Amino acid sequence: MHPILGTVLQRILLGVVTLFFVSLIIFSAIEFLPGDFTQAVLGQAATEETVAAFRKELGLDQPAPVRYMEWIQAVMSGDLGTSFSGRNASGIDRSRSVVDLIEPRLWNTLFLAAMAAIVAVPLALFLGITAALYRNSVYDRVVNASTLTTISFPEFFVAYILILFMSQLWFDFPAIASVNAETPFWERVYKCILPALTMTLVIVAHMMRMTRAAIINLLASPYIEMARLKGISKSQVILRHALPNAWAPIATVIAFNLAYLVVGVVVVEVVFVYPGIGQLMVNSVTTRDIPVVQACALIFAATYIILNLIADIIGIVTNPRLLHPR
Amino acid sequence: MSQSNAYSATAEVGQLRERRSRWETIKLELRKAPISAWFGFIVIGCYLFVALFSPLLAPHGEAEIFKTPFAPWDAKHILGTDQIGRDVFSRLIYGATNTIGIALATTLLSFLIGGGLGLAAAITGGWLDQLLSRFVDVLMAIPSLIFALMLLTIFGSSIFSLICIIAVLDSTRVFRLTRSVAINVTVMDYVEAAKLRGEKLGWIMRREILPNIMPPLIAEFGLRFSFVFLTIAALSFLGLGIQPPTADWGSMVRDNASMIQFAKYDITAAMTPMIPAAAIALLTVAVNFVVDWFLHKTSGLNDEH
Repeated sequence: MHPILGTVLQRILLGVVTLFFVSLIIFSAIEFLPGDFTQAVLGQAATEETVAAFRKELGLDQPAPVRYMEWIQAVMSGDLGTSFSGRNASGIDRSRSVVDLIEPRLWNTLFLAAMAAIVAVPLALFLGITAALYRNSVYDRVVNASTLTTISFPEFFVAYILILFMSQLWFDFPAIASVNAETPFWERVYKCILPALTMTLVIVAHMMRMTRAAIINLLASPYIEMARLKGISKSQVILRHALPNAWAPIATVIAFNLAYLVVGVVVVEVVFVYPGIGQLMVNSVTTRDIPVVQACALIFAATYIILNLIADIIGIVTNPRLLHPR
Repeated sequence: MSQSNAYSATAEVGQLRERRSRWETIKLELRKAPISAWFGFIVIGCYLFVALFSPLLAPHGEAEIFKTPFAPWDAKHILGTDQIGRDVFSRLIYGATNTIGIALATTLLSFLIGGGLGLAAAITGGWLDQLLSRFVDVLMAIPSLIFALMLLTIFGSSIFSLICIIAVLDSTRVFRLTRSVAINVTVMDYVEAAKLRGEKLGWIMRREILPNIMPPLIAEFGLRFSFVFLTIAALSFLGLGIQPPTADWGSMVRDNASMIQFAKYDITAAMTPMIPAAAIALLTVAVNFVVDWFLHKTSGLNDEH
């Protein structure tokens, strides 16, 4: 078997094991709820029977391992359970299934994240690589100082600065990104400009710094020095010697920051009242709606793990040392 | 008489061996520090001063309610009042104590947990190291803000649970760093000697390894502090962190955010929510500048790794 295939399979297996443990942690969230949480959900007036029926519906009358198996099977088949909200003491159940709540919002979030990523990734790579190549120049110093400042800003500060100038004082971009399923594409883009711009600014700073550090690290390695000493041209050094080894760090940087985007979206969605999954999660935390929180956490964590896994695999399959085994 | 004539070798050697005191070294280093680091030090100093003496500095009480909500900036209320009529300037000052204090406590706790376990893992190795490292891998596979949100759902948002949750989640990164730098030191001969001498784990951790891994840990402390500070601010902004009536910068931004829409008519009103946000940003910038300088100085390299 090709050595790369083995390494990649090993890495995928590791990812699956991690996902298993993460799902275990997320599942056990419900175990740690205080014993009287059924009362909190159903209200003080809930009768014994309603409480018992609710506990049975959650499967709390069964041992935890059995429940985990049932839960994970349901999740695999796309059933994330039922929300706690919309229930009351009389036993009338107006709750909605978690999938119904999440699905439209998930698309909104992905749309916003994609919009930010399309601008941010090329821009950050360009800035990072040029800053590394022209290291210690004025350009490098300016880019470096401004990104160091930007990463120190909380996301909501960046967002409100943008709202203040772009939506109130100078231009008239919408400060509230209210979209729904019927919103036409371009209107949706227009409404998402400010949230997408906020995320772009935050992520470009991180990504640019990481790219710069990775490239500088690479250019300091002995084989690059050797290539320079051989006397080949600068572009040849970059294209033939540096670039093949740069894919791995660049992939890591991109994946890390896309993962960051997935998380950073929570605060930005709340600022712009954007109907995404992050806002849903925050609302559910406030109302202590565990099934929804669990589902959101699972989606965020899985995205995070899978993105990092992809970066790992890209790093492996583009590694020149593994491509040409001795 | 005999004393003054006698030649004292110890006195001469003692004189020669006289070194710069630690304070003098620090002063020399500070004189060489770039302007960004100086800026950082001064800002951090001001924040600490305000945080320590907030009850003396604030003109009004932390949760004192006045008649007019959303009052404009004037002599009585320097930065106006908020949505229920509390003095914004006073809350800003009290917010320094609460926000910085909680972030500092969290960072210290996370270093206690992460640093202690990291050192223990590096020294003992074997199954303890494997167990802790794999556990940390799993914890780090979940984005920390998301994990924090989930845990806050379960335990509710009180200041105590907030500190514990963020400290535990953040200690994973401290653990990784401590373990990786400590492992390079544990193979040194003097650690081996201490082990053979029969010293206990705690002694080796404190006296042999910790002094040799201090610089990266101090830099990490700065970085972790600003990260924790931003996380707590974000959670408070989401309404899930520090709860009212405790003054805190994150929730102050949230409470007054709607005032931005009056920017065209009264720019000072729009500034009310921006000032606490700027206060958060300024402190993080200052800490980052200092850490940047410190890393440059201690790593001996002229680039961030």
